[in-house]
Amino acid sequence: MNVHVARSGPAKRLRADDGIAKGEQLLVVDNISLAFGGVKAITDISFDIAKGEIRAIIGPNGAGKTSMLNVINGFYHPQQGTITFRGQTRRRMRPHEAVAQGIARTFQNVALFHGMTTLDNIMTGRSVFMHQPLWWQAIWSGPALEEEIEHREAVEEIIDFLEIEHIRKTPVGSLPYGLQKRVELGRALAAEPALLLLDEPMAGMNLEEKEDMSRFILDVNQQYGTTIALIEHDMGVVMDLSDRVVVLDYGCKIGDGTPDEVRANQDVIDAYLGVPRD
Amino acid sequence: MASSGRPPGDRPETFPQYLLWNGERFAARPAMRHKDFGIWQTWTWAQMRDEIRRYALGLATLGLKRGDKIAIVGFNRPRLYWSIAAAQALGAVPVPVYSDSVAEEMAYVLNHAEVRFAIAQDQEQVDKLLSMADQLTELHKIVYDETRGLKGYDHTNLHSIDGVQALGDNELAKNGDKFWREEIAKGKGSDLSIMLYTSGTTGKPKGVMLSFDNLVISAINGNEYDDLKENEVVLAYLPLAWVGDHVFSYAQAYTSGYCVCCPESTETIDVDRREIAPTYFFAPPRIFETMLTAILVRMEDAGPTKKRMFDTFMAHARKVGEAILNGEKVNLYDRLKYLIGEVLVYGPMKNRMGFTRLRVGYTAGEAIGPEIFRFFRSIGLNLKQLYGQTEASVYITAQPDGEIRADTVGRPSPGVEIRIDENGEVLYRSPGVFIGYFKNDEATHSTKTKEGWVHTGDAGFFDNEGHLKIIDRAKDVGKLNDGSLFAPKYIENKLKFFPDIKEVVAFGDGRDYCAVFLNIDLTAVGSWAERNNVSYASYQELAAHPRVYEMMEDHVAQVNRDLAQEELMAGSQIHRFLVLHKELDADDGELTRTQKVRRSFIAERYAPLIEALYDGSTEKHVETEVVFEDGRKGKIAATVKIRDMEVAPVGAAHKEAAE
Repeated sequence: MNVHVARSGPAKRLRADDGIAKGEQLLVVDNISLAFGGVKAITDISFDIAKGEIRAIIGPNGAGKTSMLNVINGFYHPQQGTITFRGQTRRRMRPHEAVAQGIARTFQNVALFHGMTTLDNIMTGRSVFMHQPLWWQAIWSGPALEEEIEHREAVEEIIDFLEIEHIRKTPVGSLPYGLQKRVELGRALAAEPALLLLDEPMAGMNLEEKEDMSRFILDVNQQYGTTIALIEHDMGVVMDLSDRVVVLDYGCKIGDGTPDEVRANQDVIDAYLGVPRD
Repeated sequence: MASSGRPPGDRPETFPQYLLWNGERFAARPAMRHKDFGIWQTWTWAQMRDEIRRYALGLATLGLKRGDKIAIVGFNRPRLYWSIAAAQALGAVPVPVYSDSVAEEMAYVLNHAEVRFAIAQDQEQVDKLLSMADQLTELHKIVYDETRGLKGYDHTNLHSIDGVQALGDNELAKNGDKFWREEIAKGKGSDLSIMLYTSGTTGKPKGVMLSFDNLVISAINGNEYDDLKENEVVLAYLPLAWVGDHVFSYAQAYTSGYCVCCPESTETIDVDRREIAPTYFFAPPRIFETMLTAILVRMEDAGPTKKRMFDTFMAHARKVGEAILNGEKVNLYDRLKYLIGEVLVYGPMKNRMGFTRLRVGYTAGEAIGPEIFRFFRSIGLNLKQLYGQTEASVYITAQPDGEIRADTVGRPSPGVEIRIDENGEVLYRSPGVFIGYFKNDEATHSTKTKEGWVHTGDAGFFDNEGHLKIIDRAKDVGKLNDGSLFAPKYIENKLKFFPDIKEVVAFGDGRDYCAVFLNIDLTAVGSWAERNNVSYASYQELAAHPRVYEMMEDHVAQVNRDLAQEELMAGSQIHRFLVLHKELDADDGELTRTQKVRRSFIAERYAPLIEALYDGSTEKHVETEVVFEDGRKGKIAATVKIRDMEVAPVGAAHKEAAE
């Protein structure tokens, strides 16, 4: 029996609890404005994300949804306004600091390392927790190997969770799109985020893949208690999954509330949802 | 010796009794492995005994009693196998259910079996059970294995196996394991051990009741026949509800003490088999067909050197491979050449399929194409045929080592008597013969005579060497209008050997000529399409492609030429064929859960297409209802083309093409 690899229990979680209770504000976006030269991408937007909820950001193309995620993520720096995450207000931040703080994301266009396997791609999500010096990692032994084994356990848990055992050793470039999206979700989960940003997780998927993905998003939210902000165009999915929805149009916020409230909001209907044909 | 499972003196009669014995005699030997989190996790017999003890005591705390029925729904997972043993230890009767059956099918079985407990693998199965909660009035508790997604459910009557085992730990700490030992000691060989619902090629599934004696004696006989000892390794990947899996992955494992390995998921079976390299392997012909297809497809894509090497050595293997395996006399040159082939081709290929350590392999369930069978034997795999039924605890006949024919199913297994009825039907009597069908005396009486003979429903005869030969289902063998013999399976198997063809349904009984439905194999034809610049958007489009039709025409013509050589079969050459617009699927009821064609159902469902085969039309528009994986229904419409075939000339006087 392989004693040295027998599992003693679930892999240990590496992030300390932040002491924020479920339902309290995890992230507050306050009067954010972002402009690229003369183009105003986001104008004076405020909303909050409560811990443990699924928050959707919707709106027509070019409304500023992805820009908003990039601001939260620290990739863009707003000219005005503040962002408070886990009680800490920040003004300027770089993306890798966001990961260290507990924000992870997936991308609208799959942004994986195509030549690497599923396993290796998800492993990269753990790099934020890897502290062994480069020379140990380079020769891949000693403490670096121990660290790798520890992280491999966490990654295997994610692989099991997302049901992608069969593609563990497959280069992601050769996988179908739906699976690549799932691998990307896996990589984001590997960073054990407190806040997970999903940029159109279901774009370009067929019905079955969408159903699977919805199930995984709900399970992530339920099992790991991860707060999720997602951008999505499939209204059926958005209304079913999310607890609250914020609606953007031309960089302005035009609606905010539960799916039912948003559906009934005349501004939102005019700008985005439209009216059902009779 | 004892290791084959024949116990000394006071012999165990039930599987839980075997479990206690194995926990001592094989305490440190592996009993079960499961690949989980990327690693093969192992339980020894002693560990497994302890796990099952905690589990059984927990189930008893929840109220499981002697005589209760307990449904088990899921893929091959150690804890589902433990559920069987835990239930049996308490005197309850496990009822494994096909996990891919849709809610209504499952509801029928669960209701009919009057189950009070259900063990479900995961959220999907729990949801299925909960969705029929109002129909399942008897169902009392649901216990699940995987917790994912089930956190938010109402847990009044829902428990995790972990939770149940924790209850068992409490019980164990309070009162020790006296209760467990007493309950196991109460078990007798004549007790009902398990109920297996037959997948039902016709009508509603029937619950076959098997006693411990049935299974234990059959398993021990099987172990001795093939010399199976505690060091065998098998892969458990076939449906739990199927008697084959129950005997190979449970009954024989408990009696001989060998190790059963559960794959990581349904998609990883091929990789897992390669890692485990089973020594004893069982598969229905379809699995071997799929493996062979995969190899042939890969070879099509291989470079010219490799392809030449493959072709040369495969030709050699066909020539001498089987003779070497059977221990016949083969000259030195051929042996040396075979040895080189072993190093260059056969060995790597066996490794690829996970058969490097294979000692005994069986195929059963359906007739295997002779060419497929010969392929595996020629590369040195001891693949044998077996003829069995749920009602017989599997074994009716099996082929002894060294006496292997592609077209027979072997001699009667140890302890089995066989006779052939006047109408050609095969009847058998053995210690494995079932008690009866649950709550269905009528069917029991029509299948099992007072003297204990069981009707198989298969037509067959013994050849000169005493080997049983099965022709077809007794009721399927028919006659064409001109009086010539029509055995549909015989024709279907010939066509199915072509890797491009996945499934075939032949018609002809009471008709003027034989005509067939073909199903293309998407893997093989898809790869061919890729290499030949044939573009397609769907299965349906590929199936209807003119070039695919041309290819199929070649195959059918080849089969006609073959049939023309055989006096008995020459009359049933294929006159017309069509390629079906959808894959035959168990979800639509066209195949059984064990992937056998349900002939009568197909005849009804595709009646317009069958008519079109015989009314001379060249195409036919059809709409077919399909069931998606989530149980919703939809329709697909297609215009299916029908091709006429030339009939190969026959020596015997036979009327030329009916067209």
